[in-house]
Amino acid sequence: MRKTLSGGIIAIVAAAGGALLAVSATPLSGQAPAVYRAPRAADGHPDLNGIWQANTEANFDLEAHMARPAMALRAGPYGPVPAAAVLALGAVGSVPPGMGVVEGGPIPYKPAALAKKKENQEKWLERDPEIKCYLPGVPRATYMPQPFQILQSPSAIFFAYQYAGAVRNVYLKDPGPAPIDSWMGQSVAKWEGDTLVIDAKGFNDSTWFDRAGNFHSEDLHVVERYTRSSADVIRYEATIEDPQTFTRPWKISLPLYRRIEKNAQLMDFKCVEFVEELLYGQYRKKPLTK
Amino acid sequence: MSTSNRFLTATVVAGAIALASLMPARVAGQAAAKAAPAPAAKRAIPRMADGHPDLQGMYDLATLTPVERPAGTPLVMTDEQATKLEKDVAARKSTQDAPMKADRNAPPVGGDGSAGAAGNVGGYNSFWIDSGSQYSTIEGQKRASILIDPPEGRIPQMTAAARQRLTRNVRPTSDQSAREDDPGFEGAGAYDDPERRPLGERCLMGFGSTSGPPVLPNYFYNNLHQIVQTPDSVLILTEMVHDARLVRMNSEHAPPSIRKWMGDSIGRWEGDTLVVDTTNFTDKTRYRGSTENLHIVERFTRADAKTLIYRFTIEDPATWDKPWTGEYTWPTTSEQMFEYACQEGNYAMGNILRGARLKEKTDAAKTTK
Repeated sequence: MRKTLSGGIIAIVAAAGGALLAVSATPLSGQAPAVYRAPRAADGHPDLNGIWQANTEANFDLEAHMARPAMALRAGPYGPVPAAAVLALGAVGSVPPGMGVVEGGPIPYKPAALAKKKENQEKWLERDPEIKCYLPGVPRATYMPQPFQILQSPSAIFFAYQYAGAVRNVYLKDPGPAPIDSWMGQSVAKWEGDTLVIDAKGFNDSTWFDRAGNFHSEDLHVVERYTRSSADVIRYEATIEDPQTFTRPWKISLPLYRRIEKNAQLMDFKCVEFVEELLYGQYRKKPLTK
Repeated sequence: MSTSNRFLTATVVAGAIALASLMPARVAGQAAAKAAPAPAAKRAIPRMADGHPDLQGMYDLATLTPVERPAGTPLVMTDEQATKLEKDVAARKSTQDAPMKADRNAPPVGGDGSAGAAGNVGGYNSFWIDSGSQYSTIEGQKRASILIDPPEGRIPQMTAAARQRLTRNVRPTSDQSAREDDPGFEGAGAYDDPERRPLGERCLMGFGSTSGPPVLPNYFYNNLHQIVQTPDSVLILTEMVHDARLVRMNSEHAPPSIRKWMGDSIGRWEGDTLVVDTTNFTDKTRYRGSTENLHIVERFTRADAKTLIYRFTIEDPATWDKPWTGEYTWPTTSEQMFEYACQEGNYAMGNILRGARLKEKTDAAKTTK
């Protein structure tokens, strides 16, 4: 009914009863909910420029998980307790719970791959590339608990991540197969309507998806979709395909939020320096007291 | 090889002192003035939607033009002089690229005595090295040095205080290797701790101020840089150690408590020139012995659709009595940038330190015998 009211009638009705004003002023019902239309860049595509960050527990574990005492555990008399190597961290070293970002249940590992995932998890301290400040790979770079910046111009799209100073140049024209496997892969973008679709492959087999041992082979193929859903949110989806490791492609989705602080900026996180004692401390002329 | 290139250059340039008169006054004037180089506005240069010049692209900074030039030699070389030197370099490269004899002898024990990573025990042959093939050409002038101010093309003398400071400080900087035999060296040995090794070896920064600022050619390899430009930010990516410097446009510097490996860079447009002001350095980078108060102003100007002119002015009163300025061209390249994963494959660092510990053990065993 409201749909057919003319502006003049609305004005009269509104004047007659203040309570009705709210009803009349809401978007016309019966229409599909308005699709968010993002501000445009110079070339007419949605403007993805800005500093963004995931707000999720995905880097702890992509899958739904309850809180845990620590990333590295050992058997205690009444259940798992933090492993000796991380014990001193107390509650700071515990794992926050999360509903997971994997769509449609657990990650579809092949049986042998699932066994390796579990082994990875048990040997997390030795194996997680994040511990050694290695490049995070894709999609992990997206949901590391640190901001990243998208630089978008008509001729270039570039992702600069704060974690480890990782970078990703995104080709707008496919240069052909990646010349060599790499940690961050080779990315090629295209626009599908208002969604930026990035096809990423050419990865090595050395990155992980999270701190829970989720992993992949060098056949990893990630298709990411970046869609702005409001002024300060990007809807992020990544389809992960790797026939060596998984029985079928699977998908993660999570929102990315703009860092709206006036002084938001990418800062230095050259963690290489922070892990030298871990990696090389034993080779010091005078090793520090343990 | 890079050293010999520069040596050759220096020798030939020194022989042509008569060319000094060819150095146009205009060049000297530019060096002193803060004005942008020649007006680019009249030229057809690519522009962004906001009207500013489009500085984006992939650039290969390798050049034969050294940072400094021998005292008493002119800034500008004749075309003939430069062409001859460029041809010599090409010929040498061609000879070095020739297939090696299959029946050659093993290198002598302990190496062949040549210096640097390219020599001695054969770390790299010329295939791996891309130290430039041409001299930087600005306004049609082949340049004999990047330095344009002081006009003699030499970095000003360090202050006495700076020299004093350097004998006390630990040595590893972005452009200098730690050496146990450094004069006046005190404290821990160069191989005692990972922190004693140069930043390049630690995978923290590229060697030779390749990420800068000032962004300089390293006369060795991996000289690609990429610029991505948006209205709010300009990214200057260095191939080596994938160092991404983000210049915040029309912004303010971070507070003094925030220090950054490549400094804190803010940018503004002066006409068609991007001016980048960088402060807030760490006390670890120490470009050429400078302090964390190093202040660098860079000016990026499009010479044409395929070339940027990069100019920098450096000041740090605690290190040099006066500021100094250099400029050279950044030519576009069609090369793709490869990922420079360094930490991920840094077997050298552990081996260097382990080797030092092993040597100490064997040396100690020899002494006790």
